[in-house]
Amino acid sequence: MNLSSLAEANPAGVPPPFRCLPTRVGVGLKPEHYAAVLATRPRLAFFEIHAENYLGAGGPPHRYLSRIREDYPLSVHGVGLSIGSEEGIDEVHLDRLASLLRRYQPESFSEHLAWSTHGGAFFNDLLPLPYTQETLDRVCAHIDLIQDRLQRRMLLENPSTYVEFAQSSLSEPEFISAVLKRTGCGLLLDVNNAFVSCTNHHRDPHAYLDTLPLSQVEEIHLAGFFEDSDAAGAPLLIDAHGSAVAPAVWELYAYVLARTGPVATLIEWDNDIPAFGRLVEEAGRAETCLLAAAEAVA
Amino acid sequence: MSIRADWKCCETEFASALIDADSPCPAGLVAWNGSDPGKRFAIYLNNVVSSLIDALADTFPVTRELVGNEFFRAMARVFIVKFPPRSPVLAEYGDGFPAFVEDFQPARGIPYLADVARLEKLYLNAYHAADALPLDDSAFQAALARADALPSARIRLHPSAGILRSSHAVFSLWAAHQGALDLGSVDPYQAEDVLVVRPQWEVLVLPLRPGAGRFIESLYSGLPLGESNLAAIKEQPEFDLVATLADIIRTGVAVDFDFDEEIPA
Repeated sequence: MNLSSLAEANPAGVPPPFRCLPTRVGVGLKPEHYAAVLATRPRLAFFEIHAENYLGAGGPPHRYLSRIREDYPLSVHGVGLSIGSEEGIDEVHLDRLASLLRRYQPESFSEHLAWSTHGGAFFNDLLPLPYTQETLDRVCAHIDLIQDRLQRRMLLENPSTYVEFAQSSLSEPEFISAVLKRTGCGLLLDVNNAFVSCTNHHRDPHAYLDTLPLSQVEEIHLAGFFEDSDAAGAPLLIDAHGSAVAPAVWELYAYVLARTGPVATLIEWDNDIPAFGRLVEEAGRAETCLLAAAEAVA
Repeated sequence: MSIRADWKCCETEFASALIDADSPCPAGLVAWNGSDPGKRFAIYLNNVVSSLIDALADTFPVTRELVGNEFFRAMARVFIVKFPPRSPVLAEYGDGFPAFVEDFQPARGIPYLADVARLEKLYLNAYHAADALPLDDSAFQAALARADALPSARIRLHPSAGILRSSHAVFSLWAAHQGALDLGSVDPYQAEDVLVVRPQWEVLVLPLRPGAGRFIESLYSGLPLGESNLAAIKEQPEFDLVATLADIIRTGVAVDFDFDEEIPA
């Protein structure tokens, strides 16, 4: 008897109990917190994993995830599909993702508007792309392929960027709006990324948000940034995921919720990972914002 | 500033500047205030290099302790530039690192360093390997009772099992860094064979008795029990088959016995 087939039988054999993420707050699942999650069964609405951390054949990651997934909705968030890359989608990697999704039947799958591979090398970072007709066609073709292969709709996340391209002919909201319209994918709005990019490129974040198709936001990400400065001394924010959500980002989050109503929201904290209780506390703060938004709608 | 209309060229330029710190900042990058985009581009360069160094440092913690953090990070940086990951699954990154360490001139003074890295990669592979139930005690005893059929039987090993046969004290060095042994008492030039396996959820790192490394290696390559025993004795006359089989039962490294007659013709 093989343990992995046992573990697979459960999630794959039982119909998924949830069809989309609840419009409440979840957190990123970290190995450091596996034991605390199982011991405390916190009142969180869902967990999100990075797909690439669960592509091994077996072992403790799958064991814990299987147990946690039995009790919580799940979001699978890819960081390695390299949707913006000119080299096309790595079909071997896409097949591995497809089998992960078959195994866990998550309520949501999302990826980034970025690239991370070139010449067969993987850079382990979400790299920026210029916004042109050519890159728009490419991104749409890649998302069509992904949605077709995974047999599901995906969410696309807006990036945090540090440079812009002279050759860009579309603004980021124009580019994202066009991708959503052409591919039918949903929007994962990372409010921290929006604030980071708008600060780095000297734009008004409220105006940026107003020009995004907010009605298609199906998940929101919140995280902390690190403050640096550029060569001229202007603020340069780095999307570091290593601290609490900043006050300006909480303010923007409330601004978004006032326009969208309650949306599934994730607290991302991937570096300098705090005690689990601290993460749950941060989630509680987002929950308060969501409840206020729900009351406003009612 | 020259503006590239062709993103294909730009992506190639961007990518090569990420790995090679001496490359110029890619053309066509702009900042709203006209400041040098090089400082902004450096954030990507730093993210790529430091996150990959961190990934190697997570996989090879004892290797890092043996040479110190600064040396390790400098060595890892050279490796990353030469051999960047080929897949987004970072648990699979670093297969080539031990061989690289072996040839890395500045580390030549620590001849056992590469084998310690090999052991650490086996550990990570075992952690993520497929799960399988070890053969239980009674099934094992029943198999051993078939004395006539035993020499031609094959033992199927756990998918997580890995063997390292080293001319250095690779187990003792590793164990000393886990706090299980006094490093001062370790003679690094003593040959040691090690078995790495994850029968359930904990990865076990086990020193092997003389000849057992050859025996298990032979089983691993699919040779039957009798032949594996002879190979072990040839290499190590005092090889103790009974004790080694007891170790194999105890550690859960066997998942099944294949007897000849069960193999379909």
